[in-house]
Amino acid sequence: MTTDTRPDGTATGTTEIREPTPFSAESVAPVLVTTERPPRPSALTASLAFGWRAVLKIKHVPDQLFDVTAFPVMNLLMFTYLFGGALAGSPDDYIQFVLPGILVMSVVMITMYTGVSVNTDIDKGVFDRFRTLSLWRPSIMVGYLLGDALRYTIASAVMLSLGMVLGYRPGGGVQGVLAGVLLLLVFSFAFSWIWTMFGLLLRTEKSVMGVAMMVIFPLTFLSNVFVDPRTMPGWLQAFVNNNPITHLASAVRGLMAGRWPGAEVAWTLAWAGLLLLVFGPVTMRLYSRK
Amino acid sequence: MNQPTPAPAVETAGLVKTFGGTRAVDGVDLVVPTGTVYGVLGPNGAGKTTVVKMLATLLRPDGGEARVFGHDVVRDADRVRSRVSLTGQYASVDEDLTGTENLLLLGRLLGHGRRAARERAARLLDAFGLAEAAGKQVKQYSGGMRRRIDIAASILNTPDLLFLDEPTTGLDPRSRNQVWDIVRAVVAQGTTVLLTTQYLDEADQLASRIAVIDRGKVIAEGTKGELKASVGAGSVLLRLRDPAQRPRAAEILRRALDAQVQHEHDPVALTARIGASSTATAAERAAGALAELARLGITVDNFALGQPSLDEVFLALTGHGADGPTPRTATPGTTAGPAGTTTTTGTERTA
Ligand SMILES: Nc1ncnc2c1ncn2[C@@H]1O[C@H](COP(=O)(O)OP(=O)(O)OP(=O)(O)O)[C@@H](O)[C@H]1O
Ligand SMILES: [Mg+2]
Repeated sequence: MTTDTRPDGTATGTTEIREPTPFSAESVAPVLVTTERPPRPSALTASLAFGWRAVLKIKHVPDQLFDVTAFPVMNLLMFTYLFGGALAGSPDDYIQFVLPGILVMSVVMITMYTGVSVNTDIDKGVFDRFRTLSLWRPSIMVGYLLGDALRYTIASAVMLSLGMVLGYRPGGGVQGVLAGVLLLLVFSFAFSWIWTMFGLLLRTEKSVMGVAMMVIFPLTFLSNVFVDPRTMPGWLQAFVNNNPITHLASAVRGLMAGRWPGAEVAWTLAWAGLLLLVFGPVTMRLYSRK
Repeated sequence: MNQPTPAPAVETAGLVKTFGGTRAVDGVDLVVPTGTVYGVLGPNGAGKTTVVKMLATLLRPDGGEARVFGHDVVRDADRVRSRVSLTGQYASVDEDLTGTENLLLLGRLLGHGRRAARERAARLLDAFGLAEAAGKQVKQYSGGMRRRIDIAASILNTPDLLFLDEPTTGLDPRSRNQVWDIVRAVVAQGTTVLLTTQYLDEADQLASRIAVIDRGKVIAEGTKGELKASVGAGSVLLRLRDPAQRPRAAEILRRALDAQVQHEHDPVALTARIGASSTATAAERAAGALAELARLGITVDNFALGQPSLDEVFLALTGHGADGPTPRTATPGTTAGPAGTTTTTGTERTA
């Protein structure tokens, strides 16, 4: 930290950047002459630009990767060794069953950070600037989700690598694993629109987290992520069997094991479509009103 | 579209915005001619930001109409967006990103190709004296540099109408002058600028027409000259050597300046508000008064001539003072007396 003294005598102790070279109106005038105004960007270009912004934010504030890696790793270790012996005889057997499930659970859980980033960004001036641009309006939200897709991919890669170390051997090979991760990303992309909605709807980041927990915990635990639903009472089975997370977990588990669970994949995609159709427009309506 | 005369840059009629129970903007009528700087002057909470946000399509009006270049800000929002840009009161760039990244992002969002966006970003950073800081995160910038990157972002595509919401609040005099220079350069290229400010001297420096708003209403509108005539030419602050001479000095000032004279708490200080009607300028008349005081043997330690402060404008226009912060001191150019005594009066007067 250097303390500079500006020509007018005020000290600037808080910044390491020296005041820039003096500039004049003459230097500004020439850059203003360009009246060329390109046509507005396509929906894809705009979304990718916002996605790039999200990636830059990860680059500049890498702490946010901690949430998406440490938490899944903790989940994986905890559940494998806590339940493994009791539920499947040994952690080694259990991990074959539980890893895809925990992967699903962890990634679905970290989708809530989308809502948190929307919520913390929305009151900043830069949001106002984005909103005064002539753009395909959902592109900013899609941008968040693209950045988040990168986080989900990182989280998946970390968990799968650790899983392999712990003894996980996917029967579907590289292809099966990639197909499973891809399906998970598609579902998470659609699911995240719930959080963009809450990010815009709720006042504080804390309330977004609170609501997210209340939705995600029952949804992930009351599913087939940890155990086969056949051991559950009938009324609970009714819920668990129709839970989108159950479909997703079965589909991912199947793909990674080298089976082709057509019905479960179809159910998962149908749920994803439904979530997108409902929460996408609601989010955009809230965004326009903001 | 085939209007006989080109539409004004901004035209509002009975514009209203309410937040809960408060009418933040309460029936504002404005006409901003193209190609000029239009100043919107008002204290904290007057409704300046709310007006600008409605014009920039960020807030939906609750009543009345607003058109920008003839396009309705609600029905034709996208057309309006393609022609305006906004430098908000608070940083409207991403503080986590570097200067270059911010401008690149905006370049892409404005439809430039990758190469064009990169070139434009580099040129702008250069022109604004930010080349050295281009790779640093904006959150490390000083206040003046932030304002500059903010304005650079707003003119990435030279807009037809630029909104500047309190562009110099919180800046030191040097940075403020730089911002003023930029505004002048922007206007010289044909862009219309709508500028909000709390400082009369800023509006005076830049704007050709000024609207004064208070509590959501326009309380005065006109050219600078018209506005000043309604307020008075300014005021002088005197500090005498000997408190005992104050009553006599007050009497002389009253006669020489045709002004209301007020006694400050400080037993040697006097303030006189100069009326606007006379033929001589405020400076000439103040000089005359000083000569008269000297002739009568009254020693003046310190003397300052200030423009009417915002507080005085409000006092003159509404009968109540502005509730805002201490108005800024007079511009150096209007100050006489020893360096460092650039205080205007009015603010120091206790109610
Ligand atoms: N989002 C909001 N919700 C509720 N009240 C608001 C909101 N925005 C502004 N207000 C209120 O509206 C009034 C006008 O606010 P505005 O920000 O337009 O004033 P301003 O002239 O820009 O003031 P300043 O000089 O402090 O920036 C204030 O009383 C403010 O409290
Ligand atoms: Mg404001």
